[in-house]
Amino acid sequence: MIEAVGLTKRYGAKTAVYNLSFQVRPGVVTGFLGPNGSGKSTTMRMILGLDRPSAGHVTIGGHPFRQLPNAPRQVGALLDAKAVHGGRSARSHLLSLAQLAGIPAQRVDEVLGVVGLQDVAKRRSKGFSLGMGQRLGIAAALLGDPQVLLFDEPVNGLDPEGILWVRNLMKKLASEGRTVFVSSHLMSEMALTADHLIVIGRGQLLADMSVTDFISANSADFARVRTPQTEPAQREKLTAALMEAGGQVLSEPDGALRVTGLALPRISDLAHDADVRLWELSPHQASLEEAYMRMTQNAVDYRSTEDQLAHLQAPQQPGQPGYGMPPQQQPMAPEAPQQGWYAPPPPGQNPYAGAPQAPTAPSPYAAPQPAAPSDTPKDAR
Amino acid sequence: MTAPTHHYAPAPHSYVSPIPVRRAHLGDALASEWTKIRSVRSTMWTLGVMILLMLGIGLGVAAIASASNAPMGEESALGFGFFGMLPASICVITLGVLTIASEYGTGMIRTTLTACPSRSRVLTAKAIVFFLLVFTVTTVFATLVAVAQVAMVDAREPTGAEWLRATVGAGAYLALLGLLSLALGTLIRHSAGAITVMIGLLLLPLVAALFMFSEALRSVQEALFTYAIPSQMIALYSERPPFGDSGPAGWEPLLIVAGVTAAALAGAYALLNSKDV
Repeated sequence: MIEAVGLTKRYGAKTAVYNLSFQVRPGVVTGFLGPNGSGKSTTMRMILGLDRPSAGHVTIGGHPFRQLPNAPRQVGALLDAKAVHGGRSARSHLLSLAQLAGIPAQRVDEVLGVVGLQDVAKRRSKGFSLGMGQRLGIAAALLGDPQVLLFDEPVNGLDPEGILWVRNLMKKLASEGRTVFVSSHLMSEMALTADHLIVIGRGQLLADMSVTDFISANSADFARVRTPQTEPAQREKLTAALMEAGGQVLSEPDGALRVTGLALPRISDLAHDADVRLWELSPHQASLEEAYMRMTQNAVDYRSTEDQLAHLQAPQQPGQPGYGMPPQQQPMAPEAPQQGWYAPPPPGQNPYAGAPQAPTAPSPYAAPQPAAPSDTPKDAR
Repeated sequence: MTAPTHHYAPAPHSYVSPIPVRRAHLGDALASEWTKIRSVRSTMWTLGVMILLMLGIGLGVAAIASASNAPMGEESALGFGFFGMLPASICVITLGVLTIASEYGTGMIRTTLTACPSRSRVLTAKAIVFFLLVFTVTTVFATLVAVAQVAMVDAREPTGAEWLRATVGAGAYLALLGLLSLALGTLIRHSAGAITVMIGLLLLPLVAALFMFSEALRSVQEALFTYAIPSQMIALYSERPPFGDSGPAGWEPLLIVAGVTAAALAGAYALLNSKDV
């Protein structure tokens, strides 16, 4: 069990991790997600007592790491696959760590077998590929047969077979009742490996929930409807019918319609009633990757606004009160394209939900504004 | 009991390793550091070059001295040991710095401190293993060279104290100098930087003093000449101060380098325990 309370780490003016509180429970794989530079590795280093938190604390099994009795037998970690002396053989590297932790030397050969490096054990790790380095790092983490395991980006540089192996290893370790905490910036990988997710962005907690909850909370389902391209009138007719029935309709760049709020059979019935032929009627689920991207992207935007203001206002405010204003609105502008056609809107706060009421609402006969890009290629033709 | 009873899901059975748990101690750290220091080539290279320099220069100087037939006066042949000791110290400095700074350079220090959260224990083990290794190797070869020099050169028979200083004393001096480098490597955390600082510390005072022609700087020049590391090495071989009337002689250089090393090590412990790695 890992427990962080109000964990904060500042490097000078930069805040790498801010007020992070979470628990990592035994028996499940907990994924630790965040974009590059979001503070995952810093958090891991603080858990391992390598970095001292600026505020807050983190404990493993109730003790700070450095006060743990027999720490290497309770906690194993892979922080950086390249964190080995390249001139040392894999076996010597592991042997030195085993000796340091008071682990019998025969355990070294065991873990070398577990990670599949027994044939290159005598070779200097300088010549190892990134994948072999990852395996060596995983071997070091497993050395003490610990109750708590931390892995920082363990699948980096692994081939598909290696990724599958790591995935199964994590699950097996967790099923044995261990606490497994795995960081990654790949949502797709975590969706397959983890049972629970802790998502951070810019050092702050964005989500702490099970993978199933994360999926249902963050994926917006929609139906894609395509009418014959040769008859644009049919498309407008269908749009009107769908909106009348309470659905939200968005136009996609290639002319298809993205419909939310109506079940597929209902769309089919409405089209039939309106006498419109359909070329496509397909269910779609936004990928978890998109949901995650949007979640972390928003966090980044939100934070950078604050930083910009704090940075600009302090020296300028007395003389130029108006100077601080423009940056306040600046971040709003780039947000519009991000709510693009390929990223679904956040659940519950769909910016397009109110579209029919808005002055620029797509009336059935006025082509919806965002459809403009689809016209361009036609003109260019 | 009127309070509603809460039913928590039973906590998953926590994992218990079948490997017997044993509390690690300094002895384990010493074994680990011994494995580390003997499993990298830089150890073999630096110590190998050091041995070659000590033997080559020590025996070469003795051969030239015995061929020249010049009178040695009051001097014993042991003083020739200095010429091998100076280049040997550069090798020892390099190894001392690399022992700790290579862990910072590669990131290995994080793996090490995850396997042993007691940072003082890691540094103590490194210092002991490094000191004993260098002390043993340098003492053995300083003794070999000293025996050969005394046998080859026709000079005054050295006293017992002189023998001790030229062998164990020289070994201890080099090992302490290496320990100072190790402490500096812990403070600077960068191989090239720490080696540069140590080489500068070794040679620059003497070079600077050479060019202090101004009368106004006479006192500075004398202090630099007296306390520069090569001068201290020479002083180790003589009963009286080799330059001027005052200054260290005999066992005193060893005490000076021990004091400086102790201070640097204290700083290294303090920094290692307080700073993020």
